[in-house]
Amino acid sequence: MQGIPDSYSDYIAWEQLPHLWCAGCGHGIILKGIILALGELDIPPHKALLATGIGCSGRAGDYIACHRFQGTHGRTLAFATGIAAAQPDLTIIAFMGDGDAGAIGGNHLIHAARRNINITAVISNNFNYGMTGGQFSPLTPENSITSTSRSGKSESIMDICSIAAEAGANYVAKTTVYHVRELHKFLKEAISTKGFSLVEVISPCPTYYGRYNKIGNSPEMLNWLKETALPLEKFQSLSHEEKQKFFWRGKLVQRSREDFLNKYKKQQSAMK
Amino acid sequence: MKDMFIQGNEACALGAINAGARFFAGYPISPVNELSEFCSRELPKLGGIFIQMEDEIGGLAAVIGASLGGMKAFTATSGPGFSLMQENLGFAVMAEVPCVLISVQRYGLCTGVATKPGQQDIMQARWGTHGDHPIIALVPSTVQECFDLTVQAFNLSERFSSPVLVLTDAALAHLRERVIIKDEGELNIINRKTPSVSPEEYLPYSPDVNGIPTLAPYGGRHILRVTGLFHDERGFSTSNPEKCRKLLERLHSKILNHQKELPPPKYYGKDGAEIILISYGISARSAREAAERGIKKGINMGMINLQTVWPFPEEHIMNLCDQAEKIFVVELNMGQITGEVQKIFKGKAEVMPILRYDTNVITPSEILDKIESVVK
Repeated sequence: MQGIPDSYSDYIAWEQLPHLWCAGCGHGIILKGIILALGELDIPPHKALLATGIGCSGRAGDYIACHRFQGTHGRTLAFATGIAAAQPDLTIIAFMGDGDAGAIGGNHLIHAARRNINITAVISNNFNYGMTGGQFSPLTPENSITSTSRSGKSESIMDICSIAAEAGANYVAKTTVYHVRELHKFLKEAISTKGFSLVEVISPCPTYYGRYNKIGNSPEMLNWLKETALPLEKFQSLSHEEKQKFFWRGKLVQRSREDFLNKYKKQQSAMK
Repeated sequence: MKDMFIQGNEACALGAINAGARFFAGYPISPVNELSEFCSRELPKLGGIFIQMEDEIGGLAAVIGASLGGMKAFTATSGPGFSLMQENLGFAVMAEVPCVLISVQRYGLCTGVATKPGQQDIMQARWGTHGDHPIIALVPSTVQECFDLTVQAFNLSERFSSPVLVLTDAALAHLRERVIIKDEGELNIINRKTPSVSPEEYLPYSPDVNGIPTLAPYGGRHILRVTGLFHDERGFSTSNPEKCRKLLERLHSKILNHQKELPPPKYYGKDGAEIILISYGISARSAREAAERGIKKGINMGMINLQTVWPFPEEHIMNLCDQAEKIFVVELNMGQITGEVQKIFKGKAEVMPILRYDTNVITPSEILDKIESVVK
């Protein structure tokens, strides 16, 4: 394709386009970020696997030319645990939505991070289940209007980054699709990190979340992300009340705890 | 070859390992724990991997992932865990992932009685996951068959590119018997097909003459695309009615057209018997003994010991019951296989259940008493 670097073009299943995502959806921006990172890190398509869950983001595998796995709802990381054990040299990106990773797949996320499986989890957080009509997820901010919380979400928001960090992930970062340079940087760092890494990316769903919460159309949602996502340090200096109006972005954890497979093999060979 | 004195759980694990399995993932549950513990000890010695997952859903998911990565992989569980695995079992059928699931049946419904045997998950094995689907399920009744049929389960899973179930029970799992264990080199082992076309021409879900796809492991130049959505031969999702219908029909025909390759029932007793006992698993042991006693007493009878329960071996049963007037089905449930047998005979022979569902194994005397009460 004209004007697109080879490193990017090779990862795309061009014959599958156009994609099914709505105008203004952020999933494509994140998918582009992932394949740019793979290209820049010189990981050829046959050495990369995109594992997805169910929902809008789950369809990402239909548009890529690398290995593709789409499992059952919420189980992406459990499937990927087996793939990573069988193919330790494969770069595995688990691309999940907020409902997929945080609700039905929350248990697997905690344990993949704890076990420190060599996977990069990328969570496209658009604050709702888009494919099924805009219901709230655990990652939806409190008081939000969604198709299952017409008078505001009564439950509090789930901080999936802190959970992954506490559970033992080697790399945790969060940004938005507006902050594309930061997104690319985080994705490259996450993919380069051995062990479990997680990048949460806040992404607009103008079709449901933006409309229900009167944030506006696609450009207005991007402006909203620009204004409400504050660098981590700045966010931390806010009062509890002010924090409710903003999101943080930045790097939460970067460390080099030994990953599961290395540790397992080392311990088992010591036993022989 | 080794002469061993081991329990059913260990024999299943050895069968898997000697068939080439090097990956196990599961979650602790009674009465299957000796099997998982055995794998945790023995697999690493062979360069294999044991992972204790966070639940049974993750257990089967990791097994499917490892299989797609090119390893022979399996899990083992019991009733409640088998329930949790149903969605991913359907995934393995849909995505045609070779893998083996051993379910050690315990006395069931919900948490049931965790250490007692039952055969109450036979229909769950057939229909537990949603949607029309085929399934292969093998039912050993001796510790030797635990080994032999687990080896066969792996071979069938690779041959048909499909999950295969091995259904034992709490009694057989803990029963110790003398077993001949063949080493990997002494067994006929079926390994996965590799693509015969270039990476550019490769279509993962393009079936061969037998209707079987060629799934190249992840990480090679042949790009593998797998999804649980209905998909085309490239592995991209589709909702095209024609493609959906054809895929669903192929998933069935690839197994049903080759049913003769599945382990056939064993028959004991007189040819052309008027009275036939049909049983499987732990109950088949009592049924066989009952048949032998009955024959000694002069009753014209025989006994069919199923090795494959799904797909149901209708043709074999019809042939073996050619002269039968009365057929008794012996099982530890409320008549799950009895119903299948009744469906076949539709009044051509009288089909009666001999059931026990009180946590105990049925005895030969109970079976023979029931037969004598009807025959006299």
